[in-house]
Amino acid sequence: MGAFLTVIRPGLFATIQDLGRFGFQELGMPVAGALDPLALRLANALVGNPQGMAGLEIALLGPALRVDAPSVRIAAVGPITLTLERAGEAPQPLAPHRSHTLYQGDVLRLGAVDGASVACLAVAGGFALTPVMGSLSSYVRAGIGPLGGRPLGQDDRLPLARDGAPDGPDVELPQPPDYGAGPLRVVPGPQEDRFTEAALATFLSATYRVGSQADRMGLRLEGPVLEHRGSADIPSDGLVTGSIQVPGNGQPILLLNDHQTAGGYAKIATVISADLPRAGRLRPGDALSFKAVTVEKAEAIRRRQKQVIAGWIGAIRPVRPAGGIDLEALYAENLISGTVDIVNGGSDLDLS
Amino acid sequence: MEVRFTSSGDTAFNVEFGEAIDRATNARVMALHARLKAAPPPGLVETMPTFRSLLVVYDPVATCRREMQAAVKAALAGGGEAPADGRLWRPPVCYDPDLGPDLAELAEALGLTAERVAALHGSAEYFVYMLGFMPGFGYMGDLPAELERPRRTEPRVRVPAGSVAVAGRLTTVYPWESPGGWHLIGRCPVPLYDGGRPDPVLLAAGDRVRFDAVDRATFDTIAEAAGAGRFDPGSLRAA
Repeated sequence: MGAFLTVIRPGLFATIQDLGRFGFQELGMPVAGALDPLALRLANALVGNPQGMAGLEIALLGPALRVDAPSVRIAAVGPITLTLERAGEAPQPLAPHRSHTLYQGDVLRLGAVDGASVACLAVAGGFALTPVMGSLSSYVRAGIGPLGGRPLGQDDRLPLARDGAPDGPDVELPQPPDYGAGPLRVVPGPQEDRFTEAALATFLSATYRVGSQADRMGLRLEGPVLEHRGSADIPSDGLVTGSIQVPGNGQPILLLNDHQTAGGYAKIATVISADLPRAGRLRPGDALSFKAVTVEKAEAIRRRQKQVIAGWIGAIRPVRPAGGIDLEALYAENLISGTVDIVNGGSDLDLS
Repeated sequence: MEVRFTSSGDTAFNVEFGEAIDRATNARVMALHARLKAAPPPGLVETMPTFRSLLVVYDPVATCRREMQAAVKAALAGGGEAPADGRLWRPPVCYDPDLGPDLAELAEALGLTAERVAALHGSAEYFVYMLGFMPGFGYMGDLPAELERPRRTEPRVRVPAGSVAVAGRLTTVYPWESPGGWHLIGRCPVPLYDGGRPDPVLLAAGDRVRFDAVDRATFDTIAEAAGAGRFDPGSLRAA
């Protein structure tokens, strides 16, 4: 028996991801993890999970999942459509950015992801899968992770840690998360001295476009050529998610979660951690530019972002029933208005 | 050389001990890696050794650059012994031309016979400077100077798993089928990465490797046993 979500259509590229597999990079093991960790954190919060629990990251087109459990609570965050098919009822659209309680035999159809590279689905209690090297992240290139480290396949059964939805009403975020706008902020280095002054100035002023070669490993960017001072090659050294390496052709590559642990191209800059959710959402054709900040500034932005996310999670409220005035919800809204102000005040993550 | 700190954003920095790929520089990297691993400062996520630098990864919410850099400087100043030599492994390798498709071409380019290339490669003891490129891919050196040759100008799209390869002054065993630009001179019948093992990656940075040349029949026997799960890779560790 047990409780499962059964994959009745796999979609195009849905993988199990948490916040990454740290601690094994010295063995050459990539970190992997959710491209949009903000979406994962919020989806988890909506179903009452710890923020870093593993969820389903959905790219391109989502799967259809049948509930083979008495009930389950789910929430999706990101630009994706959800449809509920329940026996004897017309298909019904479900909103993202809130939780939904589904019942035995229900089919949840996740549609196209449109507007960002990925969306995220969390289930209350998480999946009862066995971690590999301490993590449930999938590194598809080498088949490392749960489900053999591969994307969802036809007839896969995703075991649920809970066999029923938690008590209490479904909840919602008052508004979709604000990812901020403007240039991606970077800390120059580690090899900024391998580039000409002109190249550094160009990098921080030009507009780049995400090329067609874009996947979980990284984004090839197209734009003005960045000239090296000497060779583009360095003795291979460590990479992080957000590293921007520039091979000999002068076209930068923004490395994402499935990046190799080490590389031999000079790196001009690194995207700050607070802006990684935005970077992870980029798709081919998207335009982007960069702005330099100091490490101290990056740290202040990250700390502020943590407060803002806590504010959003604090503002999660019971879903108002359709029609009629829900006095309880109105009171609740009054009580948390302070939090809502923090959210609004904090939506500009740029402290400059 | 002066130790240099360089930024990898707000979650990591590199401690650079020089520009050269040599044992003395790498020993300093490994010594700091060992010290930080033995006594991790608060907020440290992990450290990753490479040829001449250590990547220090930290949680920017739990700590900050200034504090973590101070902790690393203290660890550097603390001195301490360089870590002892790592384990010695004796992986089998077969230098059959079918299994090392670049052997003849490489030998010709070097002005040597294929037998001489195999003998030179098999005679040296290698040091695992670092792992990277893919899980379990070891950068081992130093290759005898007579075998030095830049990478192939046209990388292969598919290098078979187990391929033993050389480039520059380095050698490796490809743990996975993958693209690759090194010269393939033989093959190891035992997988150096096996997700079914409790420690999936056999080699670690700091280990030593001495290849054991085997003939084709022995290669086939070991490959069959390894494929059926009847070969313990732990037995490749020299006493």
